[in-house]
Amino acid sequence: MKFTVNGTEQNVDVEDDMPLLWVLREELGITGPKYGCGIAQCGACTVHLDGVAVRSCQVPASSLDGSAVTTIEGLGTPESLHAVQAAWVQHQVAQCGYCQSGQIMQAASLLETNPAPTDEDIDFVMAGNLCRCGTYPRIRAAIHSAAKALNKG
Amino acid sequence: MSRIGKIARRTFLFGSVAVAGGVAFGVYAVRKPHDNPLKAKLAAGAATFNPWVLIDSTKITLITPHADKGQGVVSSQAALIAEELDVEFGQFETSFGQPSPAYWNTAMAEEAVPFRATDNGFAAETMRDVMGGVMKLLGFQGTGGSTTIPDSFEKLRRAGAIARETLKLAASQETGVPVEQLTTANGTVLLPDGTALPYTALAATAATLDPVGDVTLRAPDTWRMIGKPMQRLDIVAKSTGTQTYGVDVDLPGMVHATVCTNPRRSALNSFDASAALKMRGITDVVEVTNGLAVLADNTWRAMQAMQAIEFDWAAAPYPPEQDGHWTALEASFTEEARDNTWVDNGDVETALTGDLIEAEYRSPYVAHAPLEPLNAIVLVEDAHVTVWTGHQFPRQLQVEVAKITGHDADQVVLHNQYIGGSFGHRLEFEHVKQAAEIANRRRGTPVKLTYSREEDFLQDFPRHISIGRGRGKIENGQITAIDLQMAAPSVIASQTGRIGLSVPGPDSQIAAGAWNNPYTLPAFRMRAYRAPELAPTSSWRSVGAPGAGFVFDTFLDEMIHAAGADPMAERIRLMDNQIARAVIETVAEMSDWGAPLAPNQGKGVAFVESFGVPVAEVVQVTATDQGIRIDNVWAALDAGTVVDPINYENLVQGGIVFGLGHALNCEITYADGRAEQENYHAHEAMRIHQCPVIEVKALENQSKIRGLGEPPVPPAAPALGNAIFAATGQRIREMPLNRHIDFV
Ligand code: FES
Ligand code: FES
Repeated sequence: MKFTVNGTEQNVDVEDDMPLLWVLREELGITGPKYGCGIAQCGACTVHLDGVAVRSCQVPASSLDGSAVTTIEGLGTPESLHAVQAAWVQHQVAQCGYCQSGQIMQAASLLETNPAPTDEDIDFVMAGNLCRCGTYPRIRAAIHSAAKALNKG
Repeated sequence: MSRIGKIARRTFLFGSVAVAGGVAFGVYAVRKPHDNPLKAKLAAGAATFNPWVLIDSTKITLITPHADKGQGVVSSQAALIAEELDVEFGQFETSFGQPSPAYWNTAMAEEAVPFRATDNGFAAETMRDVMGGVMKLLGFQGTGGSTTIPDSFEKLRRAGAIARETLKLAASQETGVPVEQLTTANGTVLLPDGTALPYTALAATAATLDPVGDVTLRAPDTWRMIGKPMQRLDIVAKSTGTQTYGVDVDLPGMVHATVCTNPRRSALNSFDASAALKMRGITDVVEVTNGLAVLADNTWRAMQAMQAIEFDWAAAPYPPEQDGHWTALEASFTEEARDNTWVDNGDVETALTGDLIEAEYRSPYVAHAPLEPLNAIVLVEDAHVTVWTGHQFPRQLQVEVAKITGHDADQVVLHNQYIGGSFGHRLEFEHVKQAAEIANRRRGTPVKLTYSREEDFLQDFPRHISIGRGRGKIENGQITAIDLQMAAPSVIASQTGRIGLSVPGPDSQIAAGAWNNPYTLPAFRMRAYRAPELAPTSSWRSVGAPGAGFVFDTFLDEMIHAAGADPMAERIRLMDNQIARAVIETVAEMSDWGAPLAPNQGKGVAFVESFGVPVAEVVQVTATDQGIRIDNVWAALDAGTVVDPINYENLVQGGIVFGLGHALNCEITYADGRAEQENYHAHEAMRIHQCPVIEVKALENQSKIRGLGEPPVPPAAPALGNAIFAATGQRIREMPLNRHIDFV
């Protein structure tokens, strides 16, 4: 299958049903997306597929041909943070941090379609992303900050 | 014999290790410091002043031996050293270091004694000293029991100060300027003329000096870092997907593995792996204790192949159905099963006559289920074993691995990793032992074991179940007596049993969070009963206090309502411990207790003290058409000095979400001998749409500093239950609460 990840062309030879999550993590060594549940219950594996937030544990490799995947590594880097990441740093959201790649990718996708979400909007879109450490109050605050920053910019 | 003498002959429990009393040790042995492990491989020209500071010509490394599973303790440990060493974040690297007795946990010893954690009397303090000696001799290194900050607070500042003073001495030797005229800042020693000598440039000279022993710690009003907001060292990495966890470690030539062991926690009778062995990428199927491992070139392939294996498992060594577990607890309220009478004040028997209030409560098995599934990489070679995993008991890990591979424990090298949550699961050793079993057959090849989420659930050692019974008497509108009984299996016996220790004394966790309450009641008795071991269990964030605290505080609330008193005012009236009282008065004020609410709203308050931290929480709920909505939580607590206000607030909020979420909808139940919940859809806890607004206030009246990882958890469930009662009149006496009421 041929597709791009964070702008780089990739060509992998794997089973049709290998989930994108494992293609990324173990075939391509891109470990920002995390395995948490494997059944679309936690959101730790969230990436953007052609601009839309998806659970990469549910995307079979067979559907990847010609698509463009963005992972947390492609959203921004420590040297050049995306607005959502900058807000996550500002609010010091992370505890263990294991869910946060997925949270950030989901939040970035939310702000693409809804530049000024209310708490209810946030709750609705982020409800699929579990945080076992309980950082939800900070996630809400960080999304509002990121929205403001993006609207200014 | 004095009380201390009697206690010293018993056995002590500290979160999860037991030491037989009466260990003989001389004063010399206790005073003598453990060797500095950093000296073992010290490069020429590098200086180490103590086990926490290492400086060479290129960099400063601070050792932060406590495991970081999300509490931010790499940052807090580093900040404590940096405060005195005069280095800033960004000027040093951190390392978890190698397991060493030098990193023995001083605070776990303090928590081990059978006194209230906040009892600073002579007997309690003397006992803590005795226990400290035992722990030190054992070189017991561990992260748990909310002890990281109490253990580190003085020790690490002292480590920083010793290094600083020795570097000044080195600068004095090099320049001839007297030490008294030297100051330090920003990782440099400053000469009177303003010249700044980097610590790294002084390392070679410092390495030739004996560390300065006599240092004075700085006064709190001069602290640069402690008490001020810090940017956690891991925050950028954890916001950019660049933080490496154990599950991300990749080594050349590594084999990927997953395991499936008996979900009934017993033996593997037989299996058929022929189909699995034919699948793509599968290199082998090998036996591990009670199960199988599949080896592959990719973790997903290993997990897929595992599902193609047919197993015949032996039966569970505990009741196969959940009912049998409850029956065993119900049968344990007997004199023979009485584990201890923790309190017996006043004449409870006489007071409990006539009309009584009686109630029974249950708290279920609950899974740890940290988001990062269990994993470990082990490489076995003849000369040593190397392990990459995140673990809370590094020294015991060495022992457990060495038992399997036949090495000496100190031949086991551990690269401790950042951990994607634990809540107690990373105190356990099974996954590491399994990785060692596999790797021992594949000497020379690194084996990476990753659990599937299902295996992580099925092989968890959940929080123990408990039943609590309360009887109480009210006279003239006041509570005159409370008699509480708790029955539970011993989580400590289960946990320590797996590492070959036995626990003859009472298990303080059966009654924790209840017997040690700060209320003054005319008569109060608290008896604990030990049920037989059922499903294997382990410490779950705050251990016994979420179960027993739920019982005590809910029963108290029922009594107060029956007496016709106000839940807040009455708790305050009954509490004369000043530190605890300040906490509950603060939460009353924060929550505007008593302000009018809509008829479908209610506020509930709860107070539980655990790990030495008094915590009061108020929950406000609204009963909507779709179910109960949790609107607000206010929390006040006193853990002594605040190290970092941001991390403090985050941890308390997280603890409350954890406590509420599991009370809402989580339980592990057994059917046909196996846990019925295998993934998050069946054990969901709190999601963001259910998360209330949470306001936190830290008081600093306690003289001792305490940890925050666990204490915010236990009051959340009773506060929620009490709020539901206030809003609806429905009293729920069993967790999870959604067995009885719907939530939004
Ligand atoms: S791993 Fe994909 S949703 Fe949990
Ligand atoms: S920060 Fe640990 S799971 Fe979200």
